[in-house]
Amino acid sequence: MQRLKIEDLQKIKEEYKATSSLRTGGYRARVTVHMGTCGIAAGARNIMSALLDEISKSGVTDIAVTTSGCAGLCSREPMATVEIINSAPVKYSDLTEDKIRKIFKEHLLGGNIVEEYALVIGSETTY
Amino acid sequence: MEKYRANLMLCAGTGCVACNSLKIREVLVEEIKRRGLHEEIKVVLTGCNGFCAQGPVISVYPEGIFYQKITVDDVPYLVEEHLLKGRPVERLMYREPEKKVAVPVMKDIPFFSLQVLRVLRNKGLIDPERIEEYIARDGYFAAAKALTQMTPEEIIKMVKDSGLRGRGGAGFPTGLKWEFCSKVRSDVKYILCNGDEGDPGAFMDRSVMEADPHSVLEGMIIGAKAIDATQGYIYVRAEYPLAVKRLSIAIEQAREYGLLGKDILRTGFNFDIEIYQGAGAFVCGEETALMRSIEGKRGMPRPRPPFPVHKGLWEKPSVLNNVETFANIPPIILNGAEWYRSLGTEKSTGTKVFALTGAINNIGLIEVPMGVPIRTIIYDIGGGITKGRKFKAVQIGGPSGGCIPESLIDTSVDYESITATGAIMGSGGMVVMDDLNCMVNVAKFFLEFTTDESCGKCPPCRIGTKVMLDKLVDITEGRGNEGDIELLQELSQDVIDTSLCGLGQTAPNPVLTTIKYFRDEYESHIKEKWCKAGVCGSLVTFYIDEAACKGCGLCLKACPQSAITGEKKQPHRIDQELCIKCRSCYEVCPTKFNAVKIGPADMLVKSEK
Repeated sequence: MQRLKIEDLQKIKEEYKATSSLRTGGYRARVTVHMGTCGIAAGARNIMSALLDEISKSGVTDIAVTTSGCAGLCSREPMATVEIINSAPVKYSDLTEDKIRKIFKEHLLGGNIVEEYALVIGSETTY
Repeated sequence: MEKYRANLMLCAGTGCVACNSLKIREVLVEEIKRRGLHEEIKVVLTGCNGFCAQGPVISVYPEGIFYQKITVDDVPYLVEEHLLKGRPVERLMYREPEKKVAVPVMKDIPFFSLQVLRVLRNKGLIDPERIEEYIARDGYFAAAKALTQMTPEEIIKMVKDSGLRGRGGAGFPTGLKWEFCSKVRSDVKYILCNGDEGDPGAFMDRSVMEADPHSVLEGMIIGAKAIDATQGYIYVRAEYPLAVKRLSIAIEQAREYGLLGKDILRTGFNFDIEIYQGAGAFVCGEETALMRSIEGKRGMPRPRPPFPVHKGLWEKPSVLNNVETFANIPPIILNGAEWYRSLGTEKSTGTKVFALTGAINNIGLIEVPMGVPIRTIIYDIGGGITKGRKFKAVQIGGPSGGCIPESLIDTSVDYESITATGAIMGSGGMVVMDDLNCMVNVAKFFLEFTTDESCGKCPPCRIGTKVMLDKLVDITEGRGNEGDIELLQELSQDVIDTSLCGLGQTAPNPVLTTIKYFRDEYESHIKEKWCKAGVCGSLVTFYIDEAACKGCGLCLKACPQSAITGEKKQPHRIDQELCIKCRSCYEVCPTKFNAVKIGPADMLVKSEK
């Protein structure tokens, strides 16, 4: 390990920011991947992995990913709900890995809802 | 670096480790791996979470779901339900003692939500064995600021202005102590941390050392800069192995990163810290005795002056502060004196950590602003008295403290108000007592402790406490005489006035406060030969009120001596020859019947006449 200079403290802090914001609630957006039996059977795990992969590649630290049980519309699984703080939650259905990657780039990073994949907007919230 | 979607913070404080949390970790990691979740879910071992009675505890982030009393068998279900399927497990959540409704999120549980965390700011949020996690929470930024942007005078002024007082018990202003020492000219100075903590019922310092060891090191670095010390020692009792281990790891990591040792943060400042393990003698928490002990001599106090800030360790100027005091320093340096004063009372600023134990529902470690009423601590944070019993008193300040009765439950928790009751703030142990406690016996318990722990150097402490203890034993065993109370008060005053150090000077406090607030109990022990709480075996008879007894059989089952007889639904009887006065029957008898009664020892003899 190297001996630190003062600037290095800031670097380490930045590097660990994702970990610490996950624990203290300092995140801007949250994605809930619905993982009931139906969701898992329809491939929700792959959706989650693709999402985590995107987050990891982009280096963003303020997006939390959680899971939930069945969202109640089993025929449209896999589904995920995207919540950006201070705006209405959006539920996406019939997801594929490509779709969630696009949602990540356009909605979570760009702030624009991907309307063609959206099932419903503003119907529910998990906050 | 790795990205995770969830962090599982598993408590690995001494309490939870004793309840198997390390084994739970093993099974948890294995199960997460089996489910293929190990790349997205991280398990972190933290220091004491504070809610010790509910251990082992886990909090799951980002949701902040709090699970308690986890067993190894719960783990597979928990992983499948919560982590895989996203369905939090209600069965393992906290329930409020009376309402019985599950409270899923940690910050909604009153025990947590009513606290204000400054000293315990990283509690349960970081892995204490990884310095990066401390740095990510602004760790060592205060040390960097103190070393590069502040003169020793500025540091001392900020600590003085904050109003911080020594958290070891006496409450001496920390900034003033630092100032005294900074003005002494010497080639070598020492900064010492007192982690000896020996009060029965106290575990604040242990938890800070285990959960956030770097905060103590950082406080010491800042103190070293303020007084110009080059060497520091942390004195920890060897009974705290986990604290010693975590501190050792922290020191090692800080050295590797250049935060201890030569040329810290390349500022030219040199300072290093060593751990000194004590043998667990209560008197070694006293500053002059602690210093003798580090010197390798027998831990005995010496008269002051000269004060340690002039002649301390190896006759060199030394500052000794408590663990909690040091942990308070970094946020003061970062946020300023005004910020610190924004909580607390005028003369007692900031927060205080208490270890809440005894007959209370939520046993654990809490941090509250100075000035909150004791009632808030007992009922709102502590969740009230166990089994709905009656609150009788709270012992504050350990063996050097005193018992505060129910009538003073609205007393504000600050140095002045607590001292005015006859107790002392002490290091922050709070032992809650219900109506099953005999206050004469409580005084005896604490005096037994101080008598054992007296180093024996000065006669008032060595002999005085022993004579007082003998008197208390006589009273609790039915040999008390008229005038004993006055004699105890007189002896107490003599011991206080003439003892050499704080141990003797405070040892009589439990006796004096129990006499002050519970004199009637002493009198009934002496005059009526009756211990109304049913604790002192020689002064009590247990009997069953036949009219009240419903013959439920609970007492019969609980009696270890088979001294209770009776048919179902018929009144039971206690055979006095066989009864060993263990009080089991009294404790199990349902409060709605209240059929087991306590009477004076000579009650049966009298009634037979």
